[in-house]
Amino acid sequence: MMRQFRHSLLGRLLADPMAVFALTIIIGLVVVAIFADAISPHDHTLMNLADRFAPPSTTYWLGTDNLGRDTFSRLAQGSRIALYVALVAVSISGMIGLILGMIAGFGPRWLDNLLLFIFDTLRAYPTIILALALAALLPRGLSTVIIVVVITSFSEYGRVVRTQTLSLKNAEFILAERAMGASPARMVFHHILPNVLGPFFILAAMNLPVVITIEAGMSFLGIGVPPGTPSWGATLKDGFDYIRNTPWIIIAGGLPLILVTLGFTFLGEALRDQLDPKLRKSR
Amino acid sequence: MTAPILTLRDVVVEFPALRGLKAMMAPRNARHVQALSGISLDVARGETLAIVGESGSGKTTLARAINGLLPLAGGEIWFNDMALHQRPDWHAIRRQMAMMFQDPVGSLSPRKTVRELVLEPFAIHGQDVGNPSQTAQRLLEDAGLNADFLNRYPHQLSGGQARRVGVARALALNPAMVLADEPTAGLDVSVQGEILNLLNGIKAEHGLTTIIITHNLNILRHIADRIAVMYLGRIVEIGPVTQIMEQPRHPYTAALMSANPEPDPTTRRARIILSGETPALTARPSGCEFHPRCPVARADCGSQIPELTKAGPRAVSCHYPISENT
Repeated sequence: MMRQFRHSLLGRLLADPMAVFALTIIIGLVVVAIFADAISPHDHTLMNLADRFAPPSTTYWLGTDNLGRDTFSRLAQGSRIALYVALVAVSISGMIGLILGMIAGFGPRWLDNLLLFIFDTLRAYPTIILALALAALLPRGLSTVIIVVVITSFSEYGRVVRTQTLSLKNAEFILAERAMGASPARMVFHHILPNVLGPFFILAAMNLPVVITIEAGMSFLGIGVPPGTPSWGATLKDGFDYIRNTPWIIIAGGLPLILVTLGFTFLGEALRDQLDPKLRKSR
Repeated sequence: MTAPILTLRDVVVEFPALRGLKAMMAPRNARHVQALSGISLDVARGETLAIVGESGSGKTTLARAINGLLPLAGGEIWFNDMALHQRPDWHAIRRQMAMMFQDPVGSLSPRKTVRELVLEPFAIHGQDVGNPSQTAQRLLEDAGLNADFLNRYPHQLSGGQARRVGVARALALNPAMVLADEPTAGLDVSVQGEILNLLNGIKAEHGLTTIIITHNLNILRHIADRIAVMYLGRIVEIGPVTQIMEQPRHPYTAALMSANPEPDPTTRRARIILSGETPALTARPSGCEFHPRCPVARADCGSQIPELTKAGPRAVSCHYPISENT
């Protein structure tokens, strides 16, 4: 039993200190997001004008902002937004990329070329410019952030999945399936899909922090969440205006962003080390 | 002889040699190379035909063309009175024509267990499995593996074990014919023997027609009834196994047979060394395509193309075949 666990994916991950560090941060983030209301010492919308710009103290763990709102409570609430945007955007863009990538890899050549053209066009477009353009067209809110992320990142999944599918398409076991009379649907869903999912999940784990930073970046530029929403990016923006006199607001706002980005990136790297046997050998 | 189960007439398979703009500008006959150029063959029900030849002679291409994995550029293939050259129902045909690939482990889907792999043919062809566990176990036991292997993954199998799983899969639905591409490749000699005995046993039991593609001349006598020797996508000699091996008539066959190491060191055989490389398919020699390397070539070999001419049970395509009494 114990031996089996040690050889399972989770068991191998727990043997890797980097992965343990990453998982600790991610579990911490999830716990904070779930219990945000319970662990917040103050109501995150409550303005206490008497305590504006309060430095970190036992009452206000991370200080208060220009309206006297407790920064720690706002960051705890912000973790929900970050996690929500990251999970929704990555799932949607991942699904689109997975489906289009397998179609491109397995389908006829002209379709492959067409989809590659779309992928390359979207990849070449700078995220922030697209975000600004879409923000002018769409109402301000989380769904706009998610649309921007989906449009700019599904092509990345699409490309990875396409390459994997393409190399598997001519593998001998796929030929063997064809020679046995298997339908294209069976070859794709039973035999190609399970082999594509490994790299796909690595990419998804590595993209989660990217999405969180895009959300924060858009909120920082004022085209993300509506004003008053306690997103991490909004906290950064609030702090930025007062960076000379009360730097703790922007420092506190940046910390969770840095930690979560590191956490997911390390998890992605640890997953890659474990799932890609070639890389594992070289380490 | 009863009606053949498989008949090939002038089968041609081409691969594109050039792509895009270059292909448009090149003359029509330079756009493709012929991997198979005019193969004609009859395989009788229940017989075992071995196809031998150097790498690149088109053996694997032939098997893949018969199974429909490669499109035909010309010619006809008939299997059980079904025309394989006229867009047939491959799904139904492949139920009767199983194929085994070279790489024993690589031809098994890596994320499926042995149990899933051996039961897959039933799912593909909508056949009733009965009791899945019992069926899977019976199929494995017929292929010489015990039930302990049912929950293993392909990477946990040795080459010989994976080959047995491949055999179990190929025979799951009682096909009429099996195409085996190098069934002994990559296996050590003792395992080769076991696999060949397994194939022979199954053949005897089910009256299976088998086409075996091989490099391995030592196994021919044990398993084949007839041999077809291929060179540059053509059959140069075909006939019963002992006749071809003991009295090859085509100089290429003779060279091929003499290249096979003799297990008995006391019997020395004249080794025929061929000069030069196998010509590229893009630059086929004129006349008899073997003449630049042929030790007995004469002047007109380079200008006239020999026909595959029948003489009794065998056929050879050579202007000056080695006569039987020399």
